[in-house]
Amino acid sequence: MMERLIIDDSRFNFVPKVKTAYKAPPGLDEKLIMEISRAKDEPEWMLKHRLESLKVFNEWHNPRFGVDISGLDLGKIVSYIKPDAKKSTSWEEVPEEVKEAFDKLGIPEAERKYLSGVGAQLDSEIVYQNMKKELEKMGVIFLDMESAVREYPDLVKKYFMKLVPITDHKFAALHGAIWSGGTFLYVPAGVKIPMPLQAYFLMSNPGMGQFEHTIIVAEEGSEVTFIEGCSAPRYNIINLHAGMVEIYVKKGAKVKYLTIQNWSKNTYNLNTKRSIVDEEGSMTWVSGSLGSQKTMLYPMTILKGKGARAESMSITYAGPGQHMDTGSKVVHLAPYTSSIVSAKSISLGGGWAFYRGLLKITKEAVKSKASVECAALMLDNRSKSDTVPIIEVETDRADVGHEARIGRIGEDQIFYLMSRGLSEQEAKAMIVKGFVEPVVKELPFEYAVELNKLLELEIEKSIG
Amino acid sequence: MLRIVDLHAKLRDEDKEILKGVNLEIEKGEVHVLMGPNGSGKSTLANVIMGNPRYIVTEGDIVFEGNSIKDLPPNERAKLGIMMTFQNPYEVEGVKLSQFLITAHRRIHGEDKNYLELRKELEETAEKLGLDKDFLERYLNVGFSGGEKKRSEILQSLFLRPKLLILDEIDSGLDVDALRLIANLIARLNEEGVTLLIITHYKRLLDHLKRIDKVHVYVDGRIVTSGGPELADEIEEKGYSLEGVR
Repeated sequence: MMERLIIDDSRFNFVPKVKTAYKAPPGLDEKLIMEISRAKDEPEWMLKHRLESLKVFNEWHNPRFGVDISGLDLGKIVSYIKPDAKKSTSWEEVPEEVKEAFDKLGIPEAERKYLSGVGAQLDSEIVYQNMKKELEKMGVIFLDMESAVREYPDLVKKYFMKLVPITDHKFAALHGAIWSGGTFLYVPAGVKIPMPLQAYFLMSNPGMGQFEHTIIVAEEGSEVTFIEGCSAPRYNIINLHAGMVEIYVKKGAKVKYLTIQNWSKNTYNLNTKRSIVDEEGSMTWVSGSLGSQKTMLYPMTILKGKGARAESMSITYAGPGQHMDTGSKVVHLAPYTSSIVSAKSISLGGGWAFYRGLLKITKEAVKSKASVECAALMLDNRSKSDTVPIIEVETDRADVGHEARIGRIGEDQIFYLMSRGLSEQEAKAMIVKGFVEPVVKELPFEYAVELNKLLELEIEKSIG
Repeated sequence: MLRIVDLHAKLRDEDKEILKGVNLEIEKGEVHVLMGPNGSGKSTLANVIMGNPRYIVTEGDIVFEGNSIKDLPPNERAKLGIMMTFQNPYEVEGVKLSQFLITAHRRIHGEDKNYLELRKELEETAEKLGLDKDFLERYLNVGFSGGEKKRSEILQSLFLRPKLLILDEIDSGLDVDALRLIANLIARLNEEGVTLLIITHYKRLLDHLKRIDKVHVYVDGRIVTSGGPELADEIEEKGYSLEGVR
């Protein structure tokens, strides 16, 4: 079925012409933080939070593992850029330039396909939010984070950086100081949202940071699927992405979080994602990490309540010049909890895919079940793949399974496919797509097509 | 159609010569049978004709429809109309048989037919082999039984419709009914104009075929003798060792 869809490749590699309305001065200091907070018309507690975060950031050391971030020059990063476009509630109000950028990213199609809301982030500001009336009727709050801070300060305060404290790591602190944009999604008890809700992020200015903050609160018995898709134009100046996602899954609730990350190849993607799950709740992460120059990302699920469940499926792609340090973390704190981790990585053209995962089962988590499966596929001899799945089990009354496979693409397989008319490149792409298929099939159709297309383009570029 | 001239080949990673001067000429529409004992390198010949990169041609030439193909990659040979079935086809996780075959069809025959037309054709072809639609949605050779793998290879041959089809031990591990079914389908393919090179070490497949133009006896990297269909009977009776001496 994929064969019939023709996607214009150029939309993955372009530079939108968006005017910059507000540019914070270079350098991070209290003055800048206060300026940002004032521009956003924030309550006092948020300003205080930002200033405390800045202090922690200045005092904290760099991460002592993972990727080499010595090439990251924070002084160069202008962290707050406000586009000309004001916050919009209708498509008509969105400026032409912005529309053009979105057009190339295929967003209108996705919007047509999904009748649910679209939150699109251009630079550090939400420019477009389209919410279905139905969502409001159901009592769902689906807002850009700035608006949420102003309109629901008490609700936001209850959850904002409570799961990932500012002292978690240096870039969490940085995020706390200069975050902007992102999504606040609150689903009341018992509400099941039938369509996936989506947010698009877009980075369009050189030397800027992207620090969006997303909070999802799924109250008792509610259900929601959220899609985060990133695609970025290409620039040569260092870009940093240090976003944060915090997800609160209450008793019996279900949250599914899907991501396709395709930051431009100069981006340092130092992102933090975490979820906490109450009794009988369920959290599912589906992630595709393709872009960036270097990534450190370890989506974490804390199974706090009895019978809570976690599932994490991921594809990591490491092409030429890329170092991807990723992995799932699951912590079982209660009895009868269960988790499944399935991580797949592809490395080619000298890329390095490093799986760094954690599975921890505490002594309270009796009768828990967990499985970790890591599979790595290397397309050539220059590429690297490592697997470090750390498993700590403090009770002997838990059922833990683990499997790791690292392999190179088979010459005989390629010959077989080529003998049926496929070129070497097509054969490789087909094998790679087959390898990631179990994860891709979890994605909505458009995303599956996009991810496959992105993989094809990447393989094409590096094999040539 | 196919002319193999003094063909020598060796494994890429070893020095040992495996093909030691093969000569073979096949005209359009003919059915040739290559018989030989186990381990005589019959499959190597098929692989070298198809362009398996594990082998290197050190001498001689392979000429298809008047042009040398020995330097072409396997997919270019496939596009010219050459196809081989594999004794042990490789598994490809996550790739559906239908998806694979429709892509392959497009590469070989172009984009003239749309997806639905090809899909319909594929399902009808599968039906001839007693394979249902669900079979087409399975991952390529993954978890296929021996018999299913053979059927799948024949399905691919019928659907992709080459000019020259090399059947590498398609008859091994098939029960009597499956063998008859496959033999009949192969015979029909030939009637419809497909040239066949059948590699086997048993005669039983041949008994189902109406047309056989030539039988070649292949021992230790060479064709040692050639003849009509009666040669197959002789081998059945006397074994290969006698032929090798000739």
